[in-house]
Amino acid sequence: MIREVDVAVIGAGPAGLAAATEAAGAGLSVVLLDEQPAPGGQIYRAVEGADAGLMHILGRDYAEGRALVAAFRASPAEYLPGASVWNIGTDRLIDFSRGGAIACLRAASIVAATGALERPCPIPGWTLPGVTTVGALQILLKTSAVVEDDLVLAGAGPLLWLVASQLVAAGAPPRAVVETVPKGRMSAALSRLPGALRSAGYLRKGLGLIAAVRRAGVAVHAHAEALEVEGGAAVTGLRFRAGGREHRIACSAVGLHQGVIPNQQISRLLRCDHVWDAAQHCFRPVLDAHFRTSVPWLHVVGDAGGIGGARAAALQGRIVGLDLAVRAGRPDDGRIGALRAELDRDLAVRPFLEAFYAPDPAILNPADSTIVCRCEEVTAGTVRAAVRLGAPGPNQVKSLIRTGMGPCQGRVCGVAVSTIIAAAQGALPDRADYYRIRPPLKPVPLTELAAYPVIGPEVEAREP
Amino acid sequence: MNAPSRPTRRADIVIIGGGIHGCSAALYLAQRGMSVIVLEKDSVGRHASGVNAGGVRRLGRHLAEVPISLRSMAIWHGVADFLDDDCGFQVAPQMRLARTEADLALMRARVAQMQALGYSHEVIIGSNEIRQHIHSLSDEVIGAIACLDDGFAQPYQTTFAIQRKAKALGARFHEGVLAEQVARDRGGDWQVTTPEGTFAAPRLLLTGGVWSGQLAAALGEPVPIIPFAPMMLVTSRLRPFCHAVVGAAGVPLSFKQMPNGTVVIGGGRPGLPDPATNRAETVFHPLRMSAQACISLFPIMAETSIVRTWAGLEARMPDDIPVVGRSQLHEGLYYAFGFSGHGFQLGLGMGSIMAELIATGSTDVDLAPFSVGRFTSLQAAT
Repeated sequence: MIREVDVAVIGAGPAGLAAATEAAGAGLSVVLLDEQPAPGGQIYRAVEGADAGLMHILGRDYAEGRALVAAFRASPAEYLPGASVWNIGTDRLIDFSRGGAIACLRAASIVAATGALERPCPIPGWTLPGVTTVGALQILLKTSAVVEDDLVLAGAGPLLWLVASQLVAAGAPPRAVVETVPKGRMSAALSRLPGALRSAGYLRKGLGLIAAVRRAGVAVHAHAEALEVEGGAAVTGLRFRAGGREHRIACSAVGLHQGVIPNQQISRLLRCDHVWDAAQHCFRPVLDAHFRTSVPWLHVVGDAGGIGGARAAALQGRIVGLDLAVRAGRPDDGRIGALRAELDRDLAVRPFLEAFYAPDPAILNPADSTIVCRCEEVTAGTVRAAVRLGAPGPNQVKSLIRTGMGPCQGRVCGVAVSTIIAAAQGALPDRADYYRIRPPLKPVPLTELAAYPVIGPEVEAREP
Repeated sequence: MNAPSRPTRRADIVIIGGGIHGCSAALYLAQRGMSVIVLEKDSVGRHASGVNAGGVRRLGRHLAEVPISLRSMAIWHGVADFLDDDCGFQVAPQMRLARTEADLALMRARVAQMQALGYSHEVIIGSNEIRQHIHSLSDEVIGAIACLDDGFAQPYQTTFAIQRKAKALGARFHEGVLAEQVARDRGGDWQVTTPEGTFAAPRLLLTGGVWSGQLAAALGEPVPIIPFAPMMLVTSRLRPFCHAVVGAAGVPLSFKQMPNGTVVIGGGRPGLPDPATNRAETVFHPLRMSAQACISLFPIMAETSIVRTWAGLEARMPDDIPVVGRSQLHEGLYYAFGFSGHGFQLGLGMGSIMAELIATGSTDVDLAPFSVGRFTSLQAAT
């Protein structure tokens, strides 16, 4: 009754595409489920349909996605676009919605390639209409070639500069880039620079992006702090302190960014072991050398397992795809070893980037009046008050004040709430607990649930 | 090697299990001047007590439970003053809908039976009165049995508030401490062995829900606990349309709209319980029928989405009433567990009754139907 496959891959970004391509190429039955209508994930979103103009704006790295997508299209892997996975049971049954109906399938191995989420930026005013994330701005650019004008970009991280340069190339430069990297970060990160030079291409590219933005005449404010979005019904400006004085830039849109963190919803749902990654300031699932979680049939590849970027994600995906094939009895042709060496080289830049672009301390410990859970509009102060009352961790805080109970299922506020609680208890974040993630991972219409396919005997419950 | 370095901690009573029943008994025992230690293997309210549907219901209780339920209800109506926390408690009608004359006739018979016993809290209401409380309702509904001043509360908030009150009265809570073994020493004290050392008291109360069975069995009183994981669903917000907590004859469903507009759907469809790992997993395909029942009874529900589900670990007894009262084998040993998925409303009253029993040696509530011995005699008979 229930369809069974060797491998189900969730997510059609570089990691998922590569894993599905390799596993299917080795003869395993593979289904790739992805929420989006076309392959590519966030990084290579809509890459198949991009015209020459858009390709020019988005740059060479984006174009690299074409080969990955083409290889996947040519592979025997089955592709289910528009499939939103919202539950995975301990019996390996995957529930998903597609085209307004629920379907399910079971896989011997599941590869979660669900990528990263932008780190929430709880600063005063961040929930005002007109505030968005830099990643969301890039999605608009990729899918609809839409750009915001009257926009200020604020925060830190490679994506901030990438999107700024793409906006410049699109002829719609931002009004300003307000960078929050504190003074002294370079010297703190310097010891990691020699290692980073092993993948010097990334550094060269990054400096090139920054130079291009500056060349275009975009105002750049360095070492900014105390950011505050102004506005009543909508954004009217951004206030901050930089260079020893107060600034205010009038604008109608603000794009915030403080780096990305793993999307851990699936590994949390399945109660895999997780650790606090002090270098990346986030939680990530504990993975073995085969990218296997503490649940032996669940693999996590790409940014969902720890931030490494698109190329590392594709390499990890290939390794897992080949590895699954080897474990299914296919011969090992030695490619896995070569891919691992390439992965090591590619990741060499990360320690430097992580040290240099560590998130703004202000967003890790927001003021009492700042909202941290957008869905339920709960402030940092309310979270701290629950801790003072004696609530021992995020799950009790959630039960008391509803943080993480809204439609986003804690995806946005999870890390912020965990770290605020740990800080309020005087503990380090590595002692912090995290929400128990409950299905469905995405809201499911009740009418869809009422039409769930019959897959077994209907057990009549006794009334309590 | 594992000899505890800490000295044995003593009290007048050790309670094993920090759910609503353990916390409530701790509160009332402390109020009576006893020194109390509560051992909780996880955190207070982590399981059934913190994650149930929150119904504060006298409606439809087993006759043996009615006196406990009424005693609880009196406490619930003053809970905010008693615990310095409103517990999210709201008075609301609890009702069970009838769609056929046969169902309604059974409900009338129940009300007559209750009145003959001197209970007036359950009443029959007509379809117009039901529709004053529920604005989107199937035409099939012809009447209901109801308790008009029952209600609902926030289960974790309540259990946590009871714990805080108990603490304020001097009860000591040790969370994250698993009671591994229980034995009686020569002096007649109960010795509870834990990874954090030994706790001792002349009296012992087991309130550990689904996890109480092992200790009871080790003490020579095995009980047939069935682990049970009722599933709960929460929807996206809807405009207010329902001010009652609703069930229906023939449909395993409990349904209520919270003040924030979300709807909580419960009603006993089981998920997968696994007490060994503390997990209770939601399984979606059995929820198909719950979803259908919801939409057919409340047409507005077709507009909503499920945003979250959960399943709690409950201890169900074969006859669906708990094990409460003294041990039949041991002096100074007491039980209050196995509430079979409907112990939340009982918690406050049950704690006061247990404290009365333990502190004074007797209570005026008839606990005989809940005796642990009912299973031993059953086993002897077969």
